[in-house]
Amino acid sequence: MKKLIIALAATAALLGGFNGGAQAQDKTKVCFIYVGSKTDGGWTQAHDIGRQALQEHFGEKIETPFLENVPEGPDAERAIERMARSGCALVFTTSFGFMDATAKVAQRFPDVKFEHATGFKAAENVATYNARFYEGRYIQGQIAARMSKKGVAGYIASFPIPEVVMGINAFLLGAQSVNPDFELKVVWANTWFDPGKEADAAKALIDQGVDILTQHTDTTAPMQVAAERGIMAFGQASDMIAAGPNTQLTAIVDTWGNYYIKRVQALLDGNWKSEQIWDGLKDGILTMAPYTNMPDDVKAMAEETEAKIKSGELHPFTGPVKKQDGSDWLAEGEKAEDGVLLGMNFYVQGVDDQLPQ
Amino acid sequence: MLEAILLTVITAATPLVIAALGELVTERSGVLNLGVEGMMIMGAVVAFAATQITGTPYIGVLAGIAAGAAFSLLFGFLTLTLVANQVATGLALTILGLGLSGQIGESYVGQPGIKLQPIEIPLLADIPLLGPLLFRQDLIFYLSIALVIGIHWFLFRSRTGLKMRAIGDNHASAHALGINVIRTRYLAVMFGGACAGLAGAQLSLVYTPQWVENMAAGRGWIALALVVFASWRPLRVLAGGYLFGAVSIGQLHAQAFGIGIPSQFLSALPYAATIVVLIIISHNRRTTMINTPASLGKPFVPER
Repeated sequence: MKKLIIALAATAALLGGFNGGAQAQDKTKVCFIYVGSKTDGGWTQAHDIGRQALQEHFGEKIETPFLENVPEGPDAERAIERMARSGCALVFTTSFGFMDATAKVAQRFPDVKFEHATGFKAAENVATYNARFYEGRYIQGQIAARMSKKGVAGYIASFPIPEVVMGINAFLLGAQSVNPDFELKVVWANTWFDPGKEADAAKALIDQGVDILTQHTDTTAPMQVAAERGIMAFGQASDMIAAGPNTQLTAIVDTWGNYYIKRVQALLDGNWKSEQIWDGLKDGILTMAPYTNMPDDVKAMAEETEAKIKSGELHPFTGPVKKQDGSDWLAEGEKAEDGVLLGMNFYVQGVDDQLPQ
Repeated sequence: MLEAILLTVITAATPLVIAALGELVTERSGVLNLGVEGMMIMGAVVAFAATQITGTPYIGVLAGIAAGAAFSLLFGFLTLTLVANQVATGLALTILGLGLSGQIGESYVGQPGIKLQPIEIPLLADIPLLGPLLFRQDLIFYLSIALVIGIHWFLFRSRTGLKMRAIGDNHASAHALGINVIRTRYLAVMFGGACAGLAGAQLSLVYTPQWVENMAAGRGWIALALVVFASWRPLRVLAGGYLFGAVSIGQLHAQAFGIGIPSQFLSALPYAATIVVLIIISHNRRTTMINTPASLGKPFVPER
C-alpha cells in the first residue's frame, strides 16, 4: 500500500510538473488531429511530414502536439476538444470526416482557431483548406497518353466522392488533350487503404489490357504490381519511387508543410483569418515528383503543362467538355467553377465505367 | 488471361485459408480466439522485419510463424491459466497486435520488400494451366494445401485429434477421462497463432511485399467468419476461402470490363456469396450441430 501511495504521488508530481512546464513556456501550440497513424505511408504521413516541416521552420517558437488514429465521428469531437482545452492556438483537423466535430468544438472555443482539411464548413474561427490535386492528375493524363502504347489506362479509385470523380475526369481530359481516343478503365476498390485489394485491382486492370496504372488509394501496392508486370504507373500522395524505381513516371506529392508554414506565420503575425482555401501547384501545396522513366520530349511536355497551370494560363477543366452521356457541360473556352468541381458527381465523355451513385 | 485471374485468386485466398485453418483447430479444442487479426498482423510485421534484416524471406516465414505462436501464448495464458473471458481477451489481442505491430514496423514503412520466390516442381510445373497454378507457387501456398489435408487427417483420423475434439465438445468429461485439457488447449491456441502468423507472413512477403500499418485490413475477421460458415470442417474452409477469393477478384474484373453494375454492390458480393454458399452446404442442422464444438468459448477450471 505504501509503495502504491508513493507511486501515485510520484505520478501526480510528474504530471503536475509536466503541466506546469507546459504553462510556464510561451510557445505557441499548433495542434494536429490525424485520422490514421503518422507512419501509414500515405495520407496521414504526408500531413505529419508537413507538421515536421512546420516545426523545423519555426523551431523553438512553436510546439506541435498531435493525436493519431482518431476515428471519425463522436470520438473525434472528444479528441479535438481535448486539444482545444490543452491550450492550442490553432488546431488542424486533417480528415474530411472531422468536419462536423470540428464545427461543434469550434463553437465552444471561439478563441481557438481551427483549420479543417478537405471540408466545406467554415466559421469565424474555422478555415478550410484543400489542394487542387486535379491539376497534377491532368499532367499525369497527358503523360499517360504519350507513354501508353495501347491507349488505355487503368485507374484504381477509392470511393465515388467528388474529389475522386474530379481526379478521374481531370486525368482523362489531360489524356484526351494528347490523344482524343484515349480510354480509361476504372475499378473502385471501395477502400482507401488495403494493400492486398489495391494489388488485386491493379492485377485485374493489367489483365484487362491497360498498360498505364494510376491510383487514388493510399498504398504502394499498385506500384509494386506495375513494376512486377513491367508497365508504368503514377504514385499517389507521396513519392513512391522506392516501390518502382523503373516504373514511376511521376507522382502527386502532398506538400502540406508549405501551407502549414504560411498559416502559422499568419497566426504569429496576428493576421490569421478564416478562409476557404483551395491552393494548387502554384502555391506549393502539392508538387509533382521528378518526371522519370520517360523520353525527354514527354518530360518537356509535362514541365510545360505544369508551368502553364502554375501561371494560370491553363485550367484543366476548360471547355469544350461534354459529359459522359454526350450532353454539353463546358462551352468553348469556359472554365469550370470551383463549386461545380467540389460537388462533381458525373463523368466526362470517354470514361469506360458507370459512376456509382 | 484465365491463368492470370486464377493466380490472383490463389494469392488472395491463401492467407484466409491458412488463418482460418489455424482458428479451426483452436476452436475445435473449445477455445474461441478472436485475436486472429492481431496475430496475423504481428506475423506480417515480424516476417517483414526478419526478411529485411537477414535478406532471406524463408527466415521471415519462420519468424512470422514464431511471432504468431508467441503472441497467441499471451492469449493462452490469460484465458487458460487465468481463465479470463475469451471474447474480451481475443478482442484485446487484436487491438494490442495492431498497435504493437505499428510500433515494431515504424522504421520499415515504405521500404521495398523481398518477395518469397516460387518453387518450381519439376515435370508437374509443365502441365498446361495446372502447372503454373499449382506447381509453380511459393512455399506458403504448398503449406496451405498440406495444412488442409493434414488437419483433416488429424481431426478425423488420428487418436490425438479425436481427443482434442472430445475436449472441445465437453471439457469436463474429457478431463474426467484423464485427458489434459489445459495442455491440449495451449497447443491448439499456439497452432492457431502459428497459422495466423504464417498467413501474415504471406501478406508481407508474397501478396504485397511491403509493410504498412494495418495491412491485414480485416482479413483476420474474414478468416474467423469462414470457420463458422465452414461449420468447423477444413475442406469447407478451403472451399469457402477460394470462393471468397474468386468472387473478390471476379468483381474487380467485372468492373474493369465495364459491365455497369454498381461497384458498392460488387464489393459486397464476396461476403454475400460466401455466406450463401456455405449456408447451403451446411444447411443440415444436425450435422452442423455435431460439428460445432459444444464447449466453445466456455471457461474451464479443473476440479481439484
